[in-house]
Amino acid sequence: MTETTVHIGGSLWHRLYNWKVFPVSVIVLAIIVIWYAGAVYMNSSRLIDNYERSKTDWTWEQLVEDSWSMERPILPAPDQIVVELNKTVFQKKITSKRSLVYHAWVTLSSTLLGFVFGTVLGVVLAVGIVHVQTLDRSLMPWIIASQTIPILAIAPMIIVVLGHLGLTGLVPKSIISMYLCFFPITIGMVKGLRSPGVLQLDLMKTYSATASETFWKLRIPASIPFLFASLKVAIAISLVGAIVAELPTGAVQGLGARLLAGSYYGQTIQIWSALVVASLLGMMLVWIVSLSETVVLRKMGVQPS
Amino acid sequence: MKFEKDVILIGFSLLVLISLAFPVGIMGEQAVYWWADGMSFVLLLLSLAIGIFKLFSPRQDLFTGLMVAIAVVIGASAPIRLIEEASTGGFSAIGLWIYVAALALLAWRAMALLSLVANKNQVIALVVPALFGIWLIYLWQVITTGFAIPSVLLPSPSEIGTAISINAATLYADFYQTVIKSVFTGFLFGCGAGFLVAILVDRVPFMQRGLLPLGSLVSAVPIVGIAPIMVMWFGFDWESKAAVIVIMTFFPMLINTLAGLEATGKIEYDLMRSYAAGYWQTLFFVRLPNALPFIFNALKINSTLAMIGAIVAEFFGTPIVGMGFRISTEVGRMNVDIVWATIAIAALVGSTFYGVLALLERRLTFWHASYRQAK
Repeated sequence: MTETTVHIGGSLWHRLYNWKVFPVSVIVLAIIVIWYAGAVYMNSSRLIDNYERSKTDWTWEQLVEDSWSMERPILPAPDQIVVELNKTVFQKKITSKRSLVYHAWVTLSSTLLGFVFGTVLGVVLAVGIVHVQTLDRSLMPWIIASQTIPILAIAPMIIVVLGHLGLTGLVPKSIISMYLCFFPITIGMVKGLRSPGVLQLDLMKTYSATASETFWKLRIPASIPFLFASLKVAIAISLVGAIVAELPTGAVQGLGARLLAGSYYGQTIQIWSALVVASLLGMMLVWIVSLSETVVLRKMGVQPS
Repeated sequence: MKFEKDVILIGFSLLVLISLAFPVGIMGEQAVYWWADGMSFVLLLLSLAIGIFKLFSPRQDLFTGLMVAIAVVIGASAPIRLIEEASTGGFSAIGLWIYVAALALLAWRAMALLSLVANKNQVIALVVPALFGIWLIYLWQVITTGFAIPSVLLPSPSEIGTAISINAATLYADFYQTVIKSVFTGFLFGCGAGFLVAILVDRVPFMQRGLLPLGSLVSAVPIVGIAPIMVMWFGFDWESKAAVIVIMTFFPMLINTLAGLEATGKIEYDLMRSYAAGYWQTLFFVRLPNALPFIFNALKINSTLAMIGAIVAEFFGTPIVGMGFRISTEVGRMNVDIVWATIAIAALVGSTFYGVLALLERRLTFWHASYRQAK
């Protein structure tokens, strides 16, 4: 494989090949083409049924055109989703209940609250586990086991119990996000806080540093790169948690509620556009975290590798 | 014998003694003290005796640890017995709660003692977390029965246990539908497809350059959202759930296998070349074994994803059987104990699934650095 990358100033093909954007855009293009073909394939059987019932003659051209512009398609064409997105994101006022921006904001707020809760819980647990051997032995296996429990199974119960305690709305949803996202942070921080080697710990000892000095001046800075790697995973699953939490609560707001309503009324385009917004939201959140990672690590003087 | 300044055990002994002075429950209108029930009073004294004995014994070996652990178990059974005899009226039973706090200290001491020897003994390494788990369940039991929390809100572990045994047939049908039919099928096909596509992509470097950046984008996408669409496409039965799981598990497997296939170093390639090994020989004898840790990582991630995917998909429509269906309907009918029974089974299945994969990983990648260093 090294032979292809070494090629400098070779043929046009090799230059295109080594240009990062080109392979990605080819694959994306291929996916879109397959999508359009798939839309024709999946929608055609119902369309042909319709044609035969109304006894109209149909041509292939007409079939393809119709299958890309159905009201409730089995698989909507990408441009239909774009049109729907334009309608619900840009044309509606953001306070309107039909605006996807409004629903995305509802989901985003519980995602962020859950993310903050999860980060605090994850870091506190990691600090405890690193410093207290008993916690390491007793708690760590249960932290791993906690993630093998399908959270959605517990979600309705968490909402029932918290609702009885007077907590409704944002908090129960973010608790579910927290449950999902504290895990990677704990694992990453335990790894990070333990990352200083014997040499560095010995150096701290020769400085006669106390345990808390070693913690603040050596362990915490050493754990920051690990923390950010975990945060990127955590924010993505925090969003999953927020969406999933909206399903059993019977929420009327939020992207999860849009998915649920769309599936009740067979509005495939609505489901797909909610999915696209959720995906964009996820990518944006991960991007923001990695941006702040670059800034923080540069401030701390970490050499970009 | 030398007296030790063991703050935790001193705290335990003092709290137990204090709890003797307060009522631990109500029987009729009368406040009940510890000595009302002879048996539980004896149990209390026994665990107190062991705690005080440990105060004077400096030994920190396996035997002492197990002894304190047994003291925790003995001490813990005292309130259970007492609650059966007399009703505890929440905050009026101050003595009981002081005693439970004392027991927490004793349990902590037992875990601390046992974790000292846990590095040398693998069985003890399992006993410590088991003790912690049992302690949590015990606390749950004592709090729900002690405060008489309505079972609509939070049933006690014993009630959940009864619900499991009463509804065993229903729960088994749910388990069969969700786990055996949807999860296993989806998991096998999703992971298998991810693996095969990874090997295919590996043959075509162009695909690799195009797919890898997209793969990291996909990891930020909440794929569970695809569930309603799959239910529309494949109907209400297990096929749609399996389809959701296939899509959810495909990408982690693809990305991890690709990363794993890259893990083989130049020296190993050169060695295989000097053996005149072909592509497939290199793949099977060097690259796939090297990729195993990555593949197992994906399998473990996918085991949890698969359970979540199946249960989420059942929220969007299902025949009248399945774990997700059971949870959503029984919550509506306020049969909370059955919901918790289903949750308990889901947790058990999830942990077992993960545990089996972890054991298999240990068996197959024993040569890997992360396991060699652990010994």
